[in-house]
Amino acid sequence: MGKTLAEKILSLKAGADAKSGDIVIANVDLVFLQDTTGPLVIKQFKESGLAAIAEPKKAAIFLDHAAPSPAQQISNDHVLLRHFARETNCHIYEVGNGICHQLVAEHFAKPGNIIVGADSHTVTAGGLCAFATGMGSTDIAIAMALGKTWFRVPETFLINLSGSFPKGVYAKDLILSLIGQLGTDGATYKALEFGGESLARLTMSERLTIANMVVEAGAKVGLFPSDEVTQSFLSAQGRGDGYKPLYPDADANYERIMSLNLASLEPMVSFPHTVDNVRPVSEAKGVKVQQVFIGTCTNGRLEDLALAANILKGKKRYSDTRLLVAPASQQVLLQAVEKGYIHSLVESGAVILPPGCAACLGLHQGVLADREACLSTANRNFKGRMGNPEAMIYLASPATAAASAIKGEITDPREVM
Amino acid sequence: MPETVLKGKAIKLGDDISTDDIIPGRFAHLRSNLPELSKHTFEDLIPNFGSRVNQGNFLVAGKNFGSGSSREHAPLVIKMSGIAAILAKSAARIFFRNAINQGLPVLLCDTAQINDGDELEIALTEGVITNLTSNARLTSTKMPSLMFAILKEGGLIPYIKKHKDFEL
Repeated sequence: MGKTLAEKILSLKAGADAKSGDIVIANVDLVFLQDTTGPLVIKQFKESGLAAIAEPKKAAIFLDHAAPSPAQQISNDHVLLRHFARETNCHIYEVGNGICHQLVAEHFAKPGNIIVGADSHTVTAGGLCAFATGMGSTDIAIAMALGKTWFRVPETFLINLSGSFPKGVYAKDLILSLIGQLGTDGATYKALEFGGESLARLTMSERLTIANMVVEAGAKVGLFPSDEVTQSFLSAQGRGDGYKPLYPDADANYERIMSLNLASLEPMVSFPHTVDNVRPVSEAKGVKVQQVFIGTCTNGRLEDLALAANILKGKKRYSDTRLLVAPASQQVLLQAVEKGYIHSLVESGAVILPPGCAACLGLHQGVLADREACLSTANRNFKGRMGNPEAMIYLASPATAAASAIKGEITDPREVM
Repeated sequence: MPETVLKGKAIKLGDDISTDDIIPGRFAHLRSNLPELSKHTFEDLIPNFGSRVNQGNFLVAGKNFGSGSSREHAPLVIKMSGIAAILAKSAARIFFRNAINQGLPVLLCDTAQINDGDELEIALTEGVITNLTSNARLTSTKMPSLMFAILKEGGLIPYIKKHKDFEL
């Protein structure tokens, strides 16, 4: 019997014939933490009695969730993390460098890698065919100390993609639509593997957006095969030597096979307060939004900012709607400046936030007021997520976000394109 | 895991309880001060949660308990509140692993057969839950033996202190 991508990567790394349901122990290629889960990682690391990081160059700290720090306690946490990086000689990415998952995609993730991070959206690197998954602080502390961790080999759902996106429809609409079908726990403990004839047309930016959100259906990983798109992304990042082709076996065993025709999709909106509460944008028409937020590990990449900038160019945001834009990394910000996207966005009335998680998780840079509504390109709309349980969060693509910023209410992007 | 048979009262919750419901992200600045952080456990969902819980109570939830963020502070503050175990129809995978790593048992079973206030007896080794109020008997999904070994040691840190490595 052939292997799925998840079984293939775990078999190679564990040196065993790994089949779904097995428990394996495998070395990790990268273990990372961020500023809100990191201090507990360090506490547990010290308590474990294991003296050192197995391989410091395979460990990284990212200061991105509350950066620059909005509170003295978090400033002290940042100091703790900086000291730990100096003590152990692991990588550290400073305030303003960008979001951990974007930096992992730019600088670390390679096809066939195993990556574990103290953040649930670690799954993003599945876009590069890395078996990447989120864990808690104690697991990360031990993975860092031992250089390995244990996994239950997941069963796989194959998502067969066909057709091309119609005008106004993007990767975000695809993954929202899929989560709407699966439900918030429809893929719990499973691997989602993407295949089909549309793959060659999906850019790395789109793959990262899709992989990023598989955890919202409960999945453990979201894997794309490693192909020419992967190769050209790695080459552009100066990491072409990290490329290797990686595909599932033709006779792999899937627990479930789903088909999705991209041509049949339309712009989608996830309504409060669960991500699977997904409806076509037409059903959200007229919902007033006081804030539009474009950014995050889901949709803060150059293609996303280009999309928003092209819609907003020469137009103004609605007077009573704040428009916040946070590039996912410094590299994205610099390229967006060079290409004139930042100019167009600022002229339209956008506030440009530093590369990082920004308003996504309710700590700073755009906390909502009581009864306010926000249209966000992020991945979560849980009650209270953006800092106020009395606020409403809607999720959509950067195009829908840009169109809604112009009108001040949730708007079908095809109306302004 | 000092006790293998637990007895206590059920506190019933609904579906899709996220880690933001358990401990809202806006209190991230308190994460290095657990006694302060724990005062905000379930703050947006269950008013006065702290005073409702007695030592040894069980949380009994529907599907997808602990969804969302990887924050291990979620099972940590639940444990600090005195909750002895969580029963759910299904649990998000990161939360499930985090809870076991903190020595907090999570049992996956048909929680529709449990009402708020029911007295339960849980035999952890067997994974059997007896509802002493209704006399119903529930069997939970077996967890991987490595995970059960971690739970038995009281969590991943005591497990690693003893074994120095993972043992399959």
